[in-house]
Amino acid sequence: MNAVFYILAALTLAGGLATVLLKQLVHCALAVTVAFAGLALLFLQLDAQFAGFAQILVYIGAVAILIVFAILLTRGSELPKDGVFSKTWFLGLVIAAAVFAVLGWAVLASVSAVPQQNAVPSVTVRDIGIALVGRYVLPLEIVALLLTAATIGAVIVAMHEKERPR
Amino acid sequence: MIATPEATNPFFVNLDQIFVFLSNWLVGFLPAVLRPVAGVVLGVVAIVCVFPGLFALTTVFERKGLGRIQNRIGPNRVGPYGLFQPVADGIKSLTKEDIVPLRANAVVHFLAPLVLVVTVFMGFAVLPMGRNMVLVDMDAGLLFFFAMGAATELSVFMAGWSSRNKYSLLGAMRAVAQMISYEVVLLLSSVAVVMITGSLSLPKIVAAQNQYTGVFPHWYIFTPWGLAGFLMYAIAATAETNRSPFDLPEGESELVAGYHTEYSGFKFALFFLGEYLAMFSISGLGTTLFLGGWSAPFSFLVWVPSWFWFFGKVMLSIFVFIWMRGTLPRLRQDQLMNFAWKFVLPFTLLNLLVTALWRFMGEGWARWMVCTVILVAAYVVMGRVEMRSEHFGRRSYRYAE
Repeated sequence: MNAVFYILAALTLAGGLATVLLKQLVHCALAVTVAFAGLALLFLQLDAQFAGFAQILVYIGAVAILIVFAILLTRGSELPKDGVFSKTWFLGLVIAAAVFAVLGWAVLASVSAVPQQNAVPSVTVRDIGIALVGRYVLPLEIVALLLTAATIGAVIVAMHEKERPR
Repeated sequence: MIATPEATNPFFVNLDQIFVFLSNWLVGFLPAVLRPVAGVVLGVVAIVCVFPGLFALTTVFERKGLGRIQNRIGPNRVGPYGLFQPVADGIKSLTKEDIVPLRANAVVHFLAPLVLVVTVFMGFAVLPMGRNMVLVDMDAGLLFFFAMGAATELSVFMAGWSSRNKYSLLGAMRAVAQMISYEVVLLLSSVAVVMITGSLSLPKIVAAQNQYTGVFPHWYIFTPWGLAGFLMYAIAATAETNRSPFDLPEGESELVAGYHTEYSGFKFALFFLGEYLAMFSISGLGTTLFLGGWSAPFSFLVWVPSWFWFFGKVMLSIFVFIWMRGTLPRLRQDQLMNFAWKFVLPFTLLNLLVTALWRFMGEGWARWMVCTVILVAAYVVMGRVEMRSEHFGRRSYRYAE
């Protein structure tokens, strides 16, 4: 734990907080990219180059763009008149707290469950590639199949509807 | 045979490494603790100075070239042959008023050009610009480059959205849709090179191509899969940098200037700079991946400094960009998307399979025959026969009319 970690953690947390606290939806989407970037930098600080760059490429390059596209294409970027707070905010708060508690418990429990390593494991891109098409090839193929199905589904939803005779 | 300039003359070795020596010499004045940091800072300063300088030259070059293509002279008032035109342009953009629309989102409007220029500059960090001339030799350099490229899309969106202008927003939406479509192709065509080299590190990719059979180099463009990959890469790179004929995000006749309509003064200059820097960096990557990076085109030319070859190849690509801009008409949005998803992407995917075939067929003429036949057949079927049935006539509107 050093100064760099604290700066990055503060950046990530600030991005995350801004995402839920800002009112303008597009601002929220931009704030969440800041949080993504902070996470990517945390990965890089831990010497996980592949994870860090993949985080930027996928989350900033694709997910964030997808979010802003979805916002612009569906509800417009204007503020709703009746405020942005949901009526079921209390329920949302409870669910969020519960999810956070489970995640925190899992992380804290894993410290004792996983044997402590003194040496930093060096994982190269090559190792990740070999693991992906070797040991984890079945999950990879399942994910690929799922994504293909999703893509076909999206194409069908977006397809030109033929004019039906009335 | 790996050719090195050592075989020729110590003078040329020194000339080849002149920038490395210069950097080491300058850093040598500092205490040993500061040296690694100073070396990086010096490299950054060099990149930040050299590429905007090239940008200034390229603007004249482009206006002159376009002028010649359109049968006029081009800028010739400032300095000899109009060479000082960029100085005049720079002073003009610095002294112009910086206008921010009243309803614009000021913070995002301000950040957009900065994000663009910063992320584009970051891409240069991993490009090997000569022998031993790479700022950061990363294990995953190629991935870093594409990660930075992905971040530029966000800046385009920020600019378009924050301006509160319909033209800006439409331009940004077009640009982002186009960049996402062609980024897939850009990535997949580079994957072929990674498959053959077995590394994501750009210096290693150059080293793999820096070999000669007779006088001819082992550049990837001189293989069937490499040529196909390079063509797809070039198409995607043109689209990715919003250059003509894919410049419809900023098509003047429809959208004024696209996402940077509401930018004036120096912020506009930053967008302009970012666009040209993206051109340089994407040409630099294409050079590195397919055209042998800093390696010489013939084995008897290895005495010429490696940085000369890198920058020469980049400027040659820039010339082709300008040439295409002066020659081809602009595509329409539906043509652009059809072309990306129905021809370029399937062809690139097929090229990946062909590359794998090439990798595992072993040395010999058989793999040349098989790979060439597959690629040519695929081009004829997909590009000629299939596209003929695709009628590119008048556009049928879905909601308008």
